[in-house]
Formats: sequence, structure tokens, C-alpha cells
Amino acid sequence: MTPEVLVEISDLNFSYNSRPILKGINMTMKRGQVIAIMGGSGSGKTTLLRLIGGEVVPSSGYVKVSGQVVHELERDALFEIRRKMGMLFQFGALFTDLSVFDNVAFQMREHTDLPESMIRDLVLMKLHAVGLRGAHHLMPAELSGGMARRVALARSIALDPMLIMYDEPFTGLDPISLGVIGSLIRRMTDTLGMTSVIVTHDVQESLKIVDYVYFIADGVIAAHGTPAEVRDSVTPFVHQFVHGEVDGPVPFHYPAQSYRRDLNLEKALV
Amino acid sequence: MFKHLAASIRGIGHRTIEGIWQLGHATRFFLLVLLKSGTSFRRFGLVIRELYYVGVLSLIIIVVSGLFVGMVLGLQGYETLQKYGSESAVGTLVALSLVRELGPVVAALLFASRAGSAITAEIGLMKATEQLAAMGMMAVDPVARVVAPRFWAGVISMPFLAAIFSVMGVFGGYLVTVTFIGVDAGSFWSQMQSNVDFRIDILNGFIKSCFFGVAVTAIAVFEGYDSPPTAEGVSGATTRTVVTSSLAILGLDFILTAFMFRGL
Ligand SMILES: Nc1ncnc2c1ncn2[C@@H]1O[C@H](COP(=O)(O)OP(=O)(O)OP(=O)(O)O)[C@@H](O)[C@H]1O
Ligand SMILES: [Mg+2]
Repeated sequence: MTPEVLVEISDLNFSYNSRPILKGINMTMKRGQVIAIMGGSGSGKTTLLRLIGGEVVPSSGYVKVSGQVVHELERDALFEIRRKMGMLFQFGALFTDLSVFDNVAFQMREHTDLPESMIRDLVLMKLHAVGLRGAHHLMPAELSGGMARRVALARSIALDPMLIMYDEPFTGLDPISLGVIGSLIRRMTDTLGMTSVIVTHDVQESLKIVDYVYFIADGVIAAHGTPAEVRDSVTPFVHQFVHGEVDGPVPFHYPAQSYRRDLNLEKALV
Repeated sequence: MFKHLAASIRGIGHRTIEGIWQLGHATRFFLLVLLKSGTSFRRFGLVIRELYYVGVLSLIIIVVSGLFVGMVLGLQGYETLQKYGSESAVGTLVALSLVRELGPVVAALLFASRAGSAITAEIGLMKATEQLAAMGMMAVDPVARVVAPRFWAGVISMPFLAAIFSVMGVFGGYLVTVTFIGVDAGSFWSQMQSNVDFRIDILNGFIKSCFFGVAVTAIAVFEGYDSPPTAEGVSGATTRTVVTSSLAILGLDFILTAFMFRGL
């Protein structure tokens, strides 16, 4: 059985104010897969998720989700397809005027006619999965960063979507919750046959659970492969990323003039 | 020299065009909110929740200010009227000034700084923390779910707040003139009753407050929704809400008064 393609990205280009961010991205994501997108800070990973969700429109190329070109959809059709997507925002984006419980229940109340007793059970189950059932009565302001992120995770899986995008789900988590959340994502993807896209910097943890990895650098896909291929890769770029080396093709610094000159040391030397 | 002149003229032109753009933008947004108000009425609970934050929480400032404004009116009115021996008309004076002008206008100004700024700040912060984007990604329209209920809550609260302001003001005037100064209570009330007309005074005051409610809340939700998603962006938008809606209230008041009482 060949798994069905859920997301197809073809020759995708995108610029912010005529500054190109993504240049000719091609990806395919199948049902039942967990896909990791890695790349330096500011390389356009969040932007890529926004493009998949139809929040921004590409300058050329397209994103297809279950056969439909996202940016060509009418508003109603776009909302229809978004009901089947979940997105974990990089900074959580919990509704600050609603409690943890109401945050997770939000989509169920907006989109379904489920009776309140069933919503209660479902919400508690989702919160239980992220280890926060006991915190259901708290307000977002009373949560720690890692807890807020886990609530946001529970909220994004509330309606069992077919595609979930996680923007850095592991940041701010202790090693224990990190392992639990990682295997939760894997398990959900397998049992529900959904597709998970994880933007992450946590190379070691994500290599344990993902099926495929894309590396983005300078707006293009610099490398891609299965975790085994990535681990053994001799490509300098991938090697540097996986082993966290400072020296290599990926610069740590944002382009700038020489450090010595910035500190006014250069002149004194001459 | 010439360059400076050209630059400043260009600056003026630029700002004018910018302003007109912004006005068009705001009008479009206003129409969008009206268009997407269906949800607010189908699920009136959303509006009721906001009525609490927008209306009920504004009550204190409205009640206290109304009382004081009425007391001052009573004092000033009495001082002037007694020179002509017609201090029994003080009830009429207090009631007419409140119902026609001060009630709607001052209540709206207070409402703009109390509730309008809060609406702007809340929507702006929801935008800055990506809550609105998250809502959109959950296939829930933030204009229908967040903006429209707040808009209608403001529109509904404003006439009530203005009425409460006027009632408290009349009570304040009564306190000062009848209870403390000793004007005859019977003539205070009977003069007021015979001189305040329901259609000309009360209804027109009510219509004014409706206009103010729409103006203030429309400005507040627009500024919040349009604010740059940063801390300075939100604080700037909050200030603009108070300034713009105060000017809008006073400008509208002049236009409405001209139509209502001069029969233009
Ligand atoms: N609203 C915006 N307007 C203009 N430029 C933007 C905007 N949002 C992001 N950018 C730019 O687009 C680039 C990619 O941003 P993006 O948020 O996709 O990065 P990222 O890969 O998610 O980074 P990180 O790992 O730090 O989250 C950045 O260089 C950023 O400066
Ligand atoms: Mg990001």
C-alpha cells in the first residue's frame, strides 16, 4: 500500500517586502508520516507553515493540501480545509481570556454540536495526554512557558485533524515532557493516520520519532532524507547541524561587518 | 531652500493621502464588521459577555461623574437663576442640559476613555500575541467572533450609560438645590416635567448617544484590529482611540445638534 500524499509543495517562492524568504521549495508529505523541518533561526520555517495554512500567499508556486491548492481557495473552502488542520503556534497563542479548559474546548464548541458533557470528557482526555488534566481550571497567565505550550498542543489536536503543524513543540520542555510529547506526536500520527509537520531545533529528539527530515537554509532545501540517512550524512551542512558544530557552512552570525571593526579595534591596530 | 519647501509639500501630500487611505480602510472594516454580525445575534451570549466588560464595568465612572456634573449644574444654575428670582427653574435647567447635551456627550467621552481604550488594547494584544491568527487557523473568523460582539456590546451600552448619566445628574442637581439650598421640591419637579419634551429632548438625546456609541466602538475596534503587533503599536492605538473618538464625539455632536434643534 502506498501512503496517500496529503501535502504537496511545488516550486514555492515567497518574499516579505520583496526580500525573498523561500526560494523554490519542493516537498511531499504523506499520511501517517511525521516530518521534521530544520534550519537556522530566521530561515523561514514558520513562514513555510503559514503558507501551508493559507495565512500568507506565495509569490509563485503552490501548496496543495489533500489535492486543493491552498492559496486559490475561496474563504469558505479555506476555512473548511483549516478545520482539518491543527497548528501549534511558536509562542502558544492561547486565548488569554479563556481558561485552559475553554481553550481546548474552543474548537469543539465552535465547530461541533457535541453536548457539554461529551466536550468535557474530550477536553480532559486531550489535557491528560499532555499531562495537564489537573490544570484545566487555570488561566493562561498562571501557566509556565512549557505548560502553555503543552496546552496549546492539546488545543491543536482537539478535533483530531488530518494535518498538524507544530512550530517548535519541544522548546521550553524538560527532558521528561520532551520525551512524552515526542512519543505522543508519533503515536497520534500512527493511530489516526494523520500527518505531522514538526519545526524543531531539537535534532536528537526529533530524529528518534520522525520519518523524514528537510533542512532549510538560505530559502532553499539544503538537504533532506530519512533519519538514518541524516545521521550518516557526510554532507558538511547536515553534519554540522546534527552534531551542533560551530564551524561549518551554516554561519552562526547574522551577516555583519567585521567584529573587530564594530568594536573600533581595527583602527587602533593600523 | 527650494528643496526644503518641496520636501515639506511632499510630506503634506503624503500624509493626506495616507489619511484618506486609512479612512477608506476603516470604512471597509466597519462594513465588514456589520456584514459579519450574524454570529453575534445568533449567539447573543457572546455579546452579553462583552456587555459586562464594556457596559457594566463602566457604570461606576458614569454614575459618579453624572452625580457630580449634576451637582455642579445645580449650584451654578441656582447662582445665576436666583438673580432673576427664578430659582424654581433650576430643575428645568439641570434636566435640559443633561438630557440634550451633557448626558450623551460627557458619557460618551468617559465611555471612550474607559471602554473604548480597553477594547482597543484587548484586540491589539490579541493580535500581537497571535491569538487572532490562531483563531483564523482554527477556521473561526476573528472579526465575527471577537470584533463584532465587542462592537455590538458598545453600541448597546452607550444609550443606557448616557441615560444613567442623565438620571444621576438630575438626582445630583436635586440633592444640591432642593436638599441643601432649599429650593421647593414641588416646583423643581413640576417645572422640569412641563418643560422637558419627550420627543424634542429625550428622544434626540437618545439618538445622539446611539450615534456616539457607534462612532466610539467602531473607532476602538478598528484601531485595535489595525494596530501594529508590538507593545508600542498597541499603546499608540489605544491613545489614538481616545483622541479620535473624543474628536468624533464633539464633531458629531455639533452636526447632530444643528439638525435636531435648529431644524436645518
Ligand atoms: N511579518 C513579517 N514582515 C517582514 N519580514 C518577516 C515577517 N515575519 C518574518 N519575517 C522575516 O522572514 C524571515 C523568516 O522568518 P520565520 O519566522 O519564518 O523564521 P523561522 O525559520 O521560523 O525562525 P525561528 O527558528 O527563529 O522561529 C526572517 O528573516 C524574518 O526577518
Ligand atoms: Mg519560527
